[in-house]
Amino acid sequence: MRVVIMLAALGMLAACAEKSEPPAAGDPSYQETLMEQLIDAAPGDVIEIPEGRFSFDRSLSLTVDGVTIRGAGMDKTVLTFAGQIAGAEGVLVTASDFTIEDLAIEDTRGDALKIAEGKNIVIRRIRTEWTTGPKTENGAYGIYPVQIENLLMEDSVAIGASDAGLYIGQSKNVVIRNNRAEYNVAGIEIENTTGADVYGNVATNNTGGILVFNMPNLKIPGARTRVFDNAVYANNTKNFGHKGTPVASIPAGSGVVINSNDQVEIFNNDIRDNKTANIIVASIFSSELGEGDMQADFDPYPEGIFIYDNAFEGGGDNPDGLDLQALKIAIAGLGALPDILWDGYVAPGRTPSDVLCVQNGDAMVVNVDGPNGNAHARIVSDGAHDCAFEKLPAIKLMEPLAE
Amino acid sequence: MTLNRLLCLLLLFGLTAACGRENENAAATPSFYAAENPAALSDWGMLAVKGGALRISYGVTVYDLATPLFSDYALKLRTVWIPGGAPAAYDAKDVFDFPIGTVITKTFYYPLTENEERNKVSAGKDHQIIDSALVLDGLRLIETRILVRRADGWDALPYVWNEEQTEATLKRTGAVLPLTLRRNDGREEMFGYLVPNANECTGCHATDATAKAIEPIGLKARYLNKPSSFAPGFNQLDHWLAKGLLTGAIAAPAPRNAVWTDKAEPLAARARAYLDINCSHCHNPRGAADTSGLNLEPDAEGPALGICKTPIAAGGGTGGRAYGIVPGRPNLSITLFRMETTDPGAMMPELGRAVTHEEGVKLIAEWIAAMDGACG
Repeated sequence: MRVVIMLAALGMLAACAEKSEPPAAGDPSYQETLMEQLIDAAPGDVIEIPEGRFSFDRSLSLTVDGVTIRGAGMDKTVLTFAGQIAGAEGVLVTASDFTIEDLAIEDTRGDALKIAEGKNIVIRRIRTEWTTGPKTENGAYGIYPVQIENLLMEDSVAIGASDAGLYIGQSKNVVIRNNRAEYNVAGIEIENTTGADVYGNVATNNTGGILVFNMPNLKIPGARTRVFDNAVYANNTKNFGHKGTPVASIPAGSGVVINSNDQVEIFNNDIRDNKTANIIVASIFSSELGEGDMQADFDPYPEGIFIYDNAFEGGGDNPDGLDLQALKIAIAGLGALPDILWDGYVAPGRTPSDVLCVQNGDAMVVNVDGPNGNAHARIVSDGAHDCAFEKLPAIKLMEPLAE
Repeated sequence: MTLNRLLCLLLLFGLTAACGRENENAAATPSFYAAENPAALSDWGMLAVKGGALRISYGVTVYDLATPLFSDYALKLRTVWIPGGAPAAYDAKDVFDFPIGTVITKTFYYPLTENEERNKVSAGKDHQIIDSALVLDGLRLIETRILVRRADGWDALPYVWNEEQTEATLKRTGAVLPLTLRRNDGREEMFGYLVPNANECTGCHATDATAKAIEPIGLKARYLNKPSSFAPGFNQLDHWLAKGLLTGAIAAPAPRNAVWTDKAEPLAARARAYLDINCSHCHNPRGAADTSGLNLEPDAEGPALGICKTPIAAGGGTGGRAYGIVPGRPNLSITLFRMETTDPGAMMPELGRAVTHEEGVKLIAEWIAAMDGACG
């Protein structure tokens, strides 16, 4: 009996030792191997990264077209940059026909995964995460494709970015689906992008859930984004963005936010419990960005925003910031602000129905009258938004990503 | 060799001294490798260590820039070699068009604070090249980067010098070397000197992010248009023309960047020269940083230059500041913050700097402080 117990104890010790080996830092010896593979990569190559936790002190970069990087799963293959001393990203790709899938990138100093100027990019089952929770010191973007034509991002996860978890910038023909963004300042941000379908995603516990923005001083403005079938709820995390960034003026408790973008459709979403407003439609004049200089041809007015058939619940009950609090009390007393908050800016010669149409049951719009310093903030009751825009076509990914 | 000797004999009264020196220095014969990447730097034959000095081979031209890129206070020895006598074609704005076979080298080195301490380096002044040689006593050679113009474009290859300082070997994955920097006022700080890997070279040298092709950066008229440091009395461009390194009609006056340290030059010209060489390889209308809408080429102005411009995707790079440049307020300007910080996620340039260039920061601060206007 005694012998048996001792043997069992020994067995347990061995198991414990085995178990306590892998965590924490990660294996640094793989850096050189992977870097070499990336440097030597040729079109058509698949770089497989095995299961394990690997640590890097520098950015990884890829410049060759036609390469696939594949891990063993977003919880099995983990690249950690906790000890990073050089490089503004974890992984930087400047190439076309690129696929990255099934791995995680953790704790980078700057952006986790940046893919710049390429065509036909697939990002699939990638997790980017800052593992110590939402903090201003975290890197800016989780997954950051910019200036991409023909992009598919799916089944990925972004947690803890001090700017946007999933950020799609200055791109064309984009499908963002079935991803999850949590505890970022902005969950999913579509910026200066033309033609994007954003569906099946979950955005929760961010400061703002899904953002569709146009920024000045860039070469191309964006338009035509469809946000549908998403769950956008309880995005009430205090804004921990860096002052001066576009997202730093997002009030906590924002569900879907449109800023200065045109032709945006928001439909069939489940949007709830975002304490400032479930949907915000604004011009750049309502953000701190409006005070900067912008190129003469920048269009600061959102237009063609069409909101319909969403399921709203809760939200608007505790807006972020004294101005919005005062506004809420003035308009709704102890109740909640309507689901849709509009800042009231209209381009000269245009009408409120050029800006925003709503076909969403009893959901109401509050016009906070930004142009007049909120002097005539009011719930819209004159049917100004009881209109419709022609619906946008679905995004079709082009070859070789066509489905 | 025989031909060389014959020439010496023929030119007995003219260039004997030069020939003699040349033979003595006969470091190596420059070679172009059309596809192969030799493992040893000496195989290229541009530079070789002999007799305690880094010797520049015959036919290889040393050059420098009016205002150079800051690289953690490393000193730099730059050379260019073109085989077969076909010159590079002059261009007033872009990099000169060099023929296939051109080899450019840039050797990064530091003065040591104490000879026995190989990892303690100081922010010193450039060392003179005497008789085509850099005397190595009191110096540490860190790395030599090669840019070679091959049939399908430029390739970038990093070589790291050995502990004995006799040879540099190809290290395509780069390296991080732990060093201690002693500033001119005696302050010391530890930093990791980054030897870029072959892909990171592209980060700066693919100056057109759409074309993605590697290009030299410093070999442009405005950087090279200065009195030659190596052929006294000549303008560097004229010297290149005379040597047959360069061809083309140079419309006078050729573009020219200021020497950033020359206080006789206008402050704005010095600042713009500094921003140009340190930033515009990415911050140009076609560069990797065109995503930001910030352009730091010499002709940029207004919000494109950062004046009252809100950031696009700066993240922590804003330093909590609202605009790229706030006229008169350097300490409210993002540009200055990004130059000062050493946080890899926020600093500029993104690569190749680990310590703050305090003198460069001071120049840009003075320039912004002297601007009129306000934002918002």
